[in-house]
Amino acid sequence: MFDVAVVGGGVVGCAVARELTRHRLTVALLEARNDVGAGTSKANTAILHTGFDAVPGSTEARLVARGYGLLSAYAPAAGISVEATGAVLVAWDDEQAANLPALAEKAVANEYMDAEVIDAHAVRQLEPNLGDGVTGGMVVPGEYLIDPWTTPIAFATEAVLNGCELLTRFDVARCAVGSESTVLTATDGRKVQTRYVVNAAGLYGDTLHHLFGHAGFTIRPRRGELIVFDKLARPLLQRTILPVPTAHTKGVLVAPTVFGNIMLGPTADEIEDRGATGSTRTGIDTLLAKGHRILPALMHEEVTAVYAGLRAATEHSDYQLSAHAESRYVCLGGIRSTGLTSSMALAEQTVALLASIGLTTTMREADEWLSARMTPLGEADERPYQRGGAVVCQCERVTAGEIDAAITSTVPANDVDGLRRRTRVLAGRCQGFYCAANVCALAAQSDGRAMSEWMGLQ
Amino acid sequence: MTPDVDVAIVGAGPAGLSAAIELRRRGVGRVVVLEREQVAGGIPRHTAHLGYGARDLHRMTTGPRYAALLTRRAEKAGVEIQLGRSVQSFVGGQLFTTGASGQSQIQAHAVVLATGVRERPRAARLVPGDRPAGVLTTGSLQQFTTLHHQRVGTRAVVVGAEHVSFSAVLTLAHAGCKVAAMVTALPRHQTYAPLRIATAGRHRVPIHTGVTVAEIVGRSRVEAVVLTDGRRIECDTIVFTGDWIPDHELARSAGLPMLSIAKSPIIDDGWHTEQSGVFAIGNLVHPAETADVCALDGRAVAEHVMDWLTLGRWPAAVAPINVSSPIAWAAASSVGVTFRVEQFVTGSIEVSSGSEVRHRTKRKQWIPNRAYHVKGFTDCSELRFRR
Ligand SMILES: Cc1cc2nc3c(=O)[nH]c(=O)nc-3n(C[C@H](O)[C@H](O)[C@H](O)COP(=O)(O)OP(=O)(O)OC[C@H]3O[C@@H](n4cnc5c(N)ncnc54)[C@H](O)[C@@H]3O)c2cc1C
Ligand SMILES: Cc1cc2nc3c(=O)[nH]c(=O)nc-3n(C[C@H](O)[C@H](O)[C@H](O)COP(=O)(O)OP(=O)(O)OC[C@H]3O[C@@H](n4cnc5c(N)ncnc54)[C@H](O)[C@@H]3O)c2cc1C
Repeated sequence: MFDVAVVGGGVVGCAVARELTRHRLTVALLEARNDVGAGTSKANTAILHTGFDAVPGSTEARLVARGYGLLSAYAPAAGISVEATGAVLVAWDDEQAANLPALAEKAVANEYMDAEVIDAHAVRQLEPNLGDGVTGGMVVPGEYLIDPWTTPIAFATEAVLNGCELLTRFDVARCAVGSESTVLTATDGRKVQTRYVVNAAGLYGDTLHHLFGHAGFTIRPRRGELIVFDKLARPLLQRTILPVPTAHTKGVLVAPTVFGNIMLGPTADEIEDRGATGSTRTGIDTLLAKGHRILPALMHEEVTAVYAGLRAATEHSDYQLSAHAESRYVCLGGIRSTGLTSSMALAEQTVALLASIGLTTTMREADEWLSARMTPLGEADERPYQRGGAVVCQCERVTAGEIDAAITSTVPANDVDGLRRRTRVLAGRCQGFYCAANVCALAAQSDGRAMSEWMGLQ
Repeated sequence: MTPDVDVAIVGAGPAGLSAAIELRRRGVGRVVVLEREQVAGGIPRHTAHLGYGARDLHRMTTGPRYAALLTRRAEKAGVEIQLGRSVQSFVGGQLFTTGASGQSQIQAHAVVLATGVRERPRAARLVPGDRPAGVLTTGSLQQFTTLHHQRVGTRAVVVGAEHVSFSAVLTLAHAGCKVAAMVTALPRHQTYAPLRIATAGRHRVPIHTGVTVAEIVGRSRVEAVVLTDGRRIECDTIVFTGDWIPDHELARSAGLPMLSIAKSPIIDDGWHTEQSGVFAIGNLVHPAETADVCALDGRAVAEHVMDWLTLGRWPAAVAPINVSSPIAWAAASSVGVTFRVEQFVTGSIEVSSGSEVRHRTKRKQWIPNRAYHVKGFTDCSELRFRR
């Protein structure tokens, strides 16, 4: 029997599980996939948002601002790479330029004081490679880049180190709410008994919400496709180029990544299928057309990866947080496009929500807490190969030692995608032309499974 | 600074090894080949079939034998091959490397870049769909099958219909994987008839022309491909072949200018780059020729390297060979001027040096994705197509 079971091992669920283990509680983290951070949390634009453009007064605005502070303070010690590049919103026509002063006021309303409207000339001086037709801009120095892959893994690692039980391939299909406890049953029949339940199921948040007998929001997946360009493109930009939102379009951004690439995206398509994480011809072509205008030189560079992530949007514009005393249940629904940034604030908020429905807790002493330090994946950080070791993946300079470590770690990688998110292996320009076979062979050596399993054949 | 070595060669493929052997044969003192892999030999190491050595060894052998032979010859010739050492960057003759023991630097009198070529993977070709397992390049396919003796799947679609695509068909057949189809955006396949018949013909593989892959279907494992004509082919494996991109990152980050379509460093007919003391050879500069042409580049560059080492001779300017559509690019190689066309065209090719037309080939059909050579012309400044 657990005090709290968290359903969903995305960045939000992992942050919640970690926060709960800082208290004297028994915690379970239930994740349907074979790994944490393998859903929407791995496929985003990886920006640590200041929240300057959130709806003032909304829950999202408050939690993004709070999460920004918490995560930027936490990241260095945990080995999560953050690059303080800043961003500039760029206006490409008069309508967009006319929107800038209002955006600056909105930033102030969100208590973000560092945004500053600048003219087209100043924009060009900041980013000389931008395309023609810039009509103005606004700098937002606090918009940072963050490593989205390590963040949930670091949270989950600390949670597990401090006693949280991580159950993967545990797809919650049923719940039975009793007077004292709730039993969660997975599709494969496994059961977990718990006093409290936290819903951090992302795209399936509404399904779980219904299982608990509640209604109020429906997930309407909004797909965002992204194109990652070769590292040789990185010098084209100093900072993130944000679009100016207008009445008609949200626009796409061009951003460096902590891994040293340039990313273009995302699109925004309302779709039905919650599993439709594929890219589309239209999406790719739309992005290339936008990219051509924003950063023309980017179009001469090679593409390293194309992917899509699904935002857990709802019919509402704000996060859907609620606490239900009768079912001892907390819902973190509709965490759509800012959840990486707000994750630690959501975790704090969850403890408060649980307390509001009767969970009493005490914090552990500092010496009862084990912290984790991940190997930073950022290009600006020191990388293991620099100290030596046999490099296996040449594009991303990943050593054999890192692969073994990822497979034998506290929250281990089970497949090539998990390895990629822990080491960057196979994430580079050759996409496995040189090393896919060697990587699978090494992985098989580390955990004793067949090489074909690592190849994804079984 | 006094150099640690006379010549530092980056890449122990056919080009780099052959250059090293020839330099030692000509009496150069310290020749070091820096290779990032743990084994020397380059791409031929995992191409298990015949097709290597015709022009340089004057016999046919398999890739692994060819790689082993060149490596042995290099060792015998007193070439120092440093394995597991990757060159990260260079400035003039100063090379910054990383390896098992960490980072180190090496100062060379001459640098020869021989970093080779790879195939564009699926993402670089912007093929939509999910990202399931079972999507390969010929390179990764051959490593799985040749170096690690793995099966890859049961039913494959091969994207491309140039020489290497048929090599992929052969590899798949040996690995027990049926090839459901080959697809090419061009109106016809681009290989030699005998090779097509011995591979796709023998294994009864249909070649769908004038189409490309519109979408990859499958979430965890490939289930099918949908072609641009709407046809759906069930398969669990897709092999993207050809569509070469030089491994030019080292050259580009050193500031060397590139040919726009080939994306290879610009060289003259002595493999000089724009930077004194820096040469570039092999498939890095002509993506992609057969390995023997790369090996002959290596042999031929030695003379120019000697001129630099002993006389300090370097050309005043290194200009690209001008071309225009339908010629995609042209570059010097050991067998003359190498060039490629973008589409099936019939006509002749005119070779000029300055304002003087030096040669005009016979009128014939030129096939895209094939390497053509016009032999025996140095100082070529332009290639023109005449209908
Ligand atoms: C294109 C795009 C760009 C974005 N850019 C940014 C950005 O720049 N900055 C930022 O801060 N945020 C960004 N976001 C938002 C951010 O990625 C998400 O808000 C965040 O990842 C949500 O995390 P999550 O844990 O709620 O969801 P998820 O990562 O989806 O995790 C939910 C998990 O629950 C599991 N699950 C579901 N149902 C069950 C069940 N029944 N039983 C067990 N497990 C279950 C799933 O398998 C999944 O792993 C972006 C999102 C997208 C799509
Ligand atoms: C799948 C495939 C099938 C082929 N089949 C045939 C065939 O049947 N017959 C034929 O004649 N040719 C074939 N070829 C072409 C030919 O084998 C290769 O392209 C040829 O090996 C090129 O020689 P190279 O020396 O230029 O480069 P490569 O053989 O590619 O060697 C380059 C070497 O440089 C190393 N390197 C790269 N960057 C660095 C760095 N920064 N630091 C240190 N080392 C570095 C690499 O690890 C590699 O070992 C095939 C090619 C492929 C990809």
